[in-house]
Amino acid sequence: MSQRWSAGVLQYAEMGYWQPDYEPKPTDVLAAFRVTPQPGVPPEEAGAAVAGESSTATWTVVWTDRLTAHDHYQAKCYRIDPVPGAEGQFIAYIAYDLDLFEEGSIANMSSSIIGNVFGFKALKALRLEDMRIPPHYAKTFQGPAHGIVMEREYLNKYGRPLLGATVKPKLGLSARNYGRVVYEALRGGLDFTKDDENINSQPFMRWRDRFIHCMEAVSKAEAETGEVKGHYLNVTAATMEDMYERAGFAKEIGSIVVMIDLTVGYTAIQSMAKWARRNGVLLHLHRAGHSTYTRQKSHGVSFRVIAKWMRLAGVDHIHAGTAVGKLEGDPLTVRGYYETLRCDRADQDPRLGLYFEQDWVSTPGVMPVASGGIHAGQMHQLLSLFGDDVILQFGGGTIGHPMGIAAGATANRVALEAMVKARNEGRDIDIEGPGILRLAARRSRELDAALATWGDVTFNYESTDTPDLAVTPS
Amino acid sequence: MTTAKITQGSFSYLPDLTDEEIGLQLRYALGNGWAVSVEHTDDPRPRNNYWDMWGLPMFDLIDPAAALLEVSECRRAYPGRYIRVSAYDATHGRQTTAMSFLVNRPE
Repeated sequence: MSQRWSAGVLQYAEMGYWQPDYEPKPTDVLAAFRVTPQPGVPPEEAGAAVAGESSTATWTVVWTDRLTAHDHYQAKCYRIDPVPGAEGQFIAYIAYDLDLFEEGSIANMSSSIIGNVFGFKALKALRLEDMRIPPHYAKTFQGPAHGIVMEREYLNKYGRPLLGATVKPKLGLSARNYGRVVYEALRGGLDFTKDDENINSQPFMRWRDRFIHCMEAVSKAEAETGEVKGHYLNVTAATMEDMYERAGFAKEIGSIVVMIDLTVGYTAIQSMAKWARRNGVLLHLHRAGHSTYTRQKSHGVSFRVIAKWMRLAGVDHIHAGTAVGKLEGDPLTVRGYYETLRCDRADQDPRLGLYFEQDWVSTPGVMPVASGGIHAGQMHQLLSLFGDDVILQFGGGTIGHPMGIAAGATANRVALEAMVKARNEGRDIDIEGPGILRLAARRSRELDAALATWGDVTFNYESTDTPDLAVTPS
Repeated sequence: MTTAKITQGSFSYLPDLTDEEIGLQLRYALGNGWAVSVEHTDDPRPRNNYWDMWGLPMFDLIDPAAALLEVSECRRAYPGRYIRVSAYDATHGRQTTAMSFLVNRPE
């Protein structure tokens, strides 16, 4: 034991950061890391190094450790498994005592878990795959400002996915023209329209002018359809004060929803979530920038972790992939994200990339948003993959319709309603889907034109981020 | 205004549902263990949540035909009103409406 404390470069495994006999406590925060050690570094030492560098350790032995109950504070790597089919990669399971974290702070948790360790030289690459947040910690977060159930009650819309579209072109429209797109899309049958991530307050259109025109469009479409409608007004700005000002104005003129980008940072997101609950305004999160660290399988942070953090942080909507659209997303991995966002309790399921069970103890669910290169011709696949609690966003697939924006919206709504109706009637939409759409198109010129324009468009590229465990079709 | 059609509920962009089609939706609701209810109003503005209830939600109902009968009765009593069918999911974590669609519009 005394040798453990002799001065010099730290051997993490020997210092107690590798404890194969450790039984995680129900209160521990657990993390699964994909570790690729440098040649010559044993996997246990690599796992222990990750545990050390993401908790108490530094590169050398320090005597001041002995002033603390160090074995309580040090994280423990308790298991390390080779990744099947990927030589040199291991999954390291690490347990962190609850005392390491400040209550209700994503910034603090993420600074601990991913703050330092990702640049560690002894590792070639490192990826945070998943986390188990114990109820004791989950309950210290606000959670979604409203959640799926409350959102539906606000909107008075039940039993079908919601429909949305992002205004395009995303840059350059004047406020008056921008509002025109919103009005046409909403009156045609969409529930929501959306600012894009980079539409904030630029010289061609300042935020207040956009908000006023969008809300005129929303109100007019509501009056014509008798439905509640919304436009995600992006309040992303340089400072919290600016964001509060913009959100306050959005509420004042009657918006039911505001939007922020992931780029504003975890603390700003938590602040806006508190604002959203206090003010009865839904909070939409656009995951701008996430692919820079979520996409590559060997290094970064999996989106399932970001999804988990954002549910704790308290957003009502988050983009979570389409599986069939133009952006990265293996279908099973995407289903894992949806489970993470929506279920009150998710079981461990390696097929979906879920490394741990997760009990949300009644934290409301986040409405996932499927957006990016999807169209009416995929409606059966989208409904079958995601069920009712999802917002399907057809940007190009609405605005690019040959008969106009309202017709594009109507085409999507007709396709959606026909598919929900058929599913409820007991039809097998996976197989009969295309036929159901063609039949619905006979009574809808809008859908007919949409299918003629996009019916054959698919994005069949191999995904980079897939579960390690392949499913053998039975 | 270009249109005055109220498009609330799940199926307003489809041709009006026949009684047979309504029956299939009711069967889906009951199969999920949801309680069906019928409501009517002459004021279908977007934020009017509280339509007049046609009796209580039909808890413990098994036969969709009985619910369809209530729809018909309500239509007979209020042909000039909007009538909707809702299904309620009382399971923990939901405790909210699970589906809702119009079954009558004023002539």
